[in-house]
Amino acid sequence: MDLGPHAGFIVIAYAAAIVIVAGLIVWVVLDRRHLTRAVDELEAKGITRRSDEARKEMPKGTS
Amino acid sequence: MPLTDLANPSRFLAFVDAVLPWLAAATLLAFALGIGQVYLSPDDYQQGATVKIMFLHVPAAWLGLFAWVLMSVAALGTLVWRHPVADVAAKAAAPIGAAFTLMCLLTGSLWGRPMWGTYWVWDARLTSVLVLFLMYLGVIALWRTIEDPTRAARIVAVLTLVGAINIPIIKFSVDWWNTLHQPASVLRLGGSTIHPTILVPLLIMIAAFTLLFLTLHLAAMRNEILRRRLRTMLLMHADAAAGA
Amino acid sequence: MTALAAILMRDMRLAVRVGGGALIGVLFFLIVVTLVPFAIGPDLVLLARIGPAILWLGALLATLLALDRLIAMDQEDGSLDLILMAPVPLELALAAKALAHWLSTGLPLVVAAPLLGLLLNLDPAATGAVALTLAAGTPALTFIGLIGAALTVALRRGGLLLAILVLPLTIPVLIFGVAAANAAIVGPVPFGTPFTILCALTLISIVIGPFAAAVALRQGLD
Repeated sequence: MDLGPHAGFIVIAYAAAIVIVAGLIVWVVLDRRHLTRAVDELEAKGITRRSDEARKEMPKGTS
Repeated sequence: MPLTDLANPSRFLAFVDAVLPWLAAATLLAFALGIGQVYLSPDDYQQGATVKIMFLHVPAAWLGLFAWVLMSVAALGTLVWRHPVADVAAKAAAPIGAAFTLMCLLTGSLWGRPMWGTYWVWDARLTSVLVLFLMYLGVIALWRTIEDPTRAARIVAVLTLVGAINIPIIKFSVDWWNTLHQPASVLRLGGSTIHPTILVPLLIMIAAFTLLFLTLHLAAMRNEILRRRLRTMLLMHADAAAGA
Repeated sequence: MTALAAILMRDMRLAVRVGGGALIGVLFFLIVVTLVPFAIGPDLVLLARIGPAILWLGALLATLLALDRLIAMDQEDGSLDLILMAPVPLELALAAKALAHWLSTGLPLVVAAPLLGLLLNLDPAATGAVALTLAAGTPALTFIGLIGAALTVALRRGGLLLAILVLPLTIPVLIFGVAAANAAIVGPVPFGTPFTILCALTLISIVIGPFAAAVALRQGLD
């Protein structure tokens, strides 16, 4: 595809857009991975979002 | 499920888990269609192929403004109704809006160099968009500096609403001032002034980018809710350990 | 003495005492204006051309530095709680504090500007124009800064963040202030056009500043 005399600017513009969008996607994905792993680790240790008293009163099988 | 159920973070998480794959698929489809249309679109008789930068620049500008408007609505939700998901929506939108504003500035600069002969000019439109970018960074800095997320949300909400004055300034800057940036050609009274062979790809790209924004935003909101849960768990853990 | 007048007098007295910010602001203004010729070179013609801009930038930075003391000091010694509990509306109390701040910190900058204009080779007409625009515009800087001070009140090292938040909001004031000064010196735009807009910005900020700051303060101290 002939992009004319200013092809360089067009290519760099599209490259910049791809980098920025990819950066956003990577940020969201990595953040999620880090957070779910941290939450899973804590839950494996038995820590939940409820305080100790509330947990004792909870029916088993919920968190 | 009524819309108000989404105010409950757990139900909101379930909603996002259900909707996100479809949104992502729709985004990919829209981009496939859009890129195809961009490839096939004709060169502008004045600008040649560089008009293709517009298919990035205009959607990015639209999203940069849209994100701040979304943050402002969320800010009202936080201040007036103490809506729990509003906080999350505002915080998740800030980095995404900043990124698209940056994309707008970069693509615009790269478009300006061949067209106007300069990478930058201090006219009303460019200056006000740069100010918008600085305000995004300020909001992100404020979010990161205040420890308690609920208090941070309220303080950021005030700043967001004060900064919202910039949005109409940006939109109407090309009308109110003598600017190098071209006047409004899409959203104006009397209809668009762009030829359909370029307008249609542009509208498709705007739609594709908007779907991308929504996908990223919902995913980021989901992360933010998880982050708050993690914080609660750590606080409980520290509490219990201290009390033990 | 009414409560508002008491707040006003108290803030002014504190500012002019040793450790207060009043004359430090002017000193910083002087230093900034002195630094610019070192950076740009002693070309008097160039300095006279950009003189209004240098004076405006110096005044803006000096105001920014002094904003730290506006609310954070009261929060540290507990008097902010007294102000919050006072019978006056918080918005008016904050407006009184901002007025005191401008009288003790902003107004000296306006007075100092003509003297500093001599350092920058400004002629009397130019100096008068700059001083007038500063007089009209520095209240806007203070009242917009009030919002930033309220937003960052609870942060311990809020100083730099305060500047980052306030600066974008003060850009219109800077633009029209310098535009008005330049219009009086070289034209072709009549002085009145940017000057009236500058005055409008000040009036708007005098209204919006205290309201936004009060909301921010209430939310931040909950």
